[in-house]
Amino acid sequence: MAGFLSLFRRLEGPQTLGRGPAFWALFALVLAGALAYPLFSDGYTVGNTVYFFVWVFIALSLSLIWGYGGSLSFGQTAFFGIAGYGYGILTINFGAAYGFTWIALLLAVGMAALVAALLGYFMFFGRIAGVFLGIVTLAVTLMLERFMAQTAGPEWRIGAARLNGFNGMSAMPPLTIPWFGGPIVLFADVGLYYVVLAMLVLVYLGLRILMNSAFGNVIVAIRENPERAEMLGYDIRKYQLITFVIGAALAGLSGVLYTVWGQYITPSSMGMTAASLPLIWVAVGGRSDLTATIIGTLAVLSGFQALTIYGSQYALVFMGVLLVLTVLIAPNGLVLGVINWITKLVTRRKSEAA
Amino acid sequence: MALLQLRDVNKHFGGLHVTNSVNLVLEQGEIHCLIGPNGAGKSTLFRLILGEHHPGSGQIYFAGEDITTLKSFARIRRGLSVKFQVPGVFKGLSVRQNLEIALQSRLHGAALDQEIERLLAFLNLEAEQAQLAGNLSHGQKQWLEIGMAIALKPRLLLLDEPTAGMSPEETHMTGEMVRRLNAAGMTVLAIEHDMAFVRQVAQRVTVLHLGQVFAQGSIDEIVADERVAAIYLGQAHA
Repeated sequence: MAGFLSLFRRLEGPQTLGRGPAFWALFALVLAGALAYPLFSDGYTVGNTVYFFVWVFIALSLSLIWGYGGSLSFGQTAFFGIAGYGYGILTINFGAAYGFTWIALLLAVGMAALVAALLGYFMFFGRIAGVFLGIVTLAVTLMLERFMAQTAGPEWRIGAARLNGFNGMSAMPPLTIPWFGGPIVLFADVGLYYVVLAMLVLVYLGLRILMNSAFGNVIVAIRENPERAEMLGYDIRKYQLITFVIGAALAGLSGVLYTVWGQYITPSSMGMTAASLPLIWVAVGGRSDLTATIIGTLAVLSGFQALTIYGSQYALVFMGVLLVLTVLIAPNGLVLGVINWITKLVTRRKSEAA
Repeated sequence: MALLQLRDVNKHFGGLHVTNSVNLVLEQGEIHCLIGPNGAGKSTLFRLILGEHHPGSGQIYFAGEDITTLKSFARIRRGLSVKFQVPGVFKGLSVRQNLEIALQSRLHGAALDQEIERLLAFLNLEAEQAQLAGNLSHGQKQWLEIGMAIALKPRLLLLDEPTAGMSPEETHMTGEMVRRLNAAGMTVLAIEHDMAFVRQVAQRVTVLHLGQVFAQGSIDEIVADERVAAIYLGQAHA
């Protein structure tokens, strides 16, 4: 019981913004708003919102590996793709009965984590760090995209599932909950919205606890100075590997949910553009904080979607400009910069009042 | 009893013989200073002891165990600890968190907080505990890193130029810190250029020159040794 309570204490700490009753009241308010939102909207718009939520997991994975751990990974989209295709292959072959889609979700996420464990083992135990880590992970991502792109022929099939090259894999069943009066199928609508929202809240709170724990302390210590961290007796390779695997699992979760949402996945989910966009969301938000990452990702994503509607081909150019501006003006992230500025103002006013 | 023993340790960087058949014995409980002109191989010797470099030949024993092939973190867990020449504090984290990270594998909960308070007092950093370590003065960073090194409760503390960049007062305070730690049972091996500091703390001194042990003895013996004075003036090339 005491151990359980100490977990709750870790919801706040030096590694995450937001503490005290005011923050958690705001959190409850936002959550209540998110829960009530489908009541005031239509199924299509709610389904569209799920699409935004889907990407938050991969953004959080980058925040974890890059923002907290200090290793820039271009590999998140590879894990996204592995899990997305994995879910498709499993469910197309075994169907959706008896709640199998949920087992497929876990297995697909597990696959991404397993590949990350193998790749991560060679990288971290081979002491690959810094820019080289980015190069290796980017190479893996692009290699996977190239490989999947040439699987258009009918010989590329796993059981009943055609890989289908650039045409993409489709017609996998959505997540399905077995129920007494017949299974509940979670199409991109209100049902899926609540499931993904619940996952998002769990992952967010879970990561807060993890990053404020002793484990999180070591992760940021490695970002700040790996040599010093090792000279405090930490086997930093293990910590880096575990972080990388957790990040891959989160990116994989994004991939499964993306596939579930649109019942469709193509190799371009693992291309250069797909690999760069999450970096921009996270960099703009503030990669070294979970909350800033979520706010930044949702803001940039909705802005990006609005742009693609009104000026399709300029949207990507705008993304590039946004990244350059962020790096120049607020290298730690725009959202994080604004939050820190407000906090400073508030504390100054408080100290002036006192 | 010998706590640390180097036997015929050699290290080459290409054609450069930076550590040349070094034999060194460190007794349990002593403060031992390592001095020598720039390029004598002092910092390389530290890196060999810590496992950041591995010797081409020779063995390193710690508390009777051959640690020559052990990884750095494994040596630290056996009771070694180091303060680097350039302070290696976690600049983006608070002073308090720096100490917490050093302590957390040994202590938890209230005991952890208590030890942080004790260390903050020992290091004269109580007022700075909430500041980012990167904002400390150079001397304070040195102290914080010494604090992180001793937080591990090491049997052997390695200090690479602990007083570099410090004022004479700060240097003296650091010397007193080292003596207090030693009185509590910690063995210390320090690389130092500041002879006032060496005189203040050293029980034994080893002079390193061109990768070899050049002389060894008490501080008075070393100071009286004309050959040592000569290498510092750049006259002897043995």
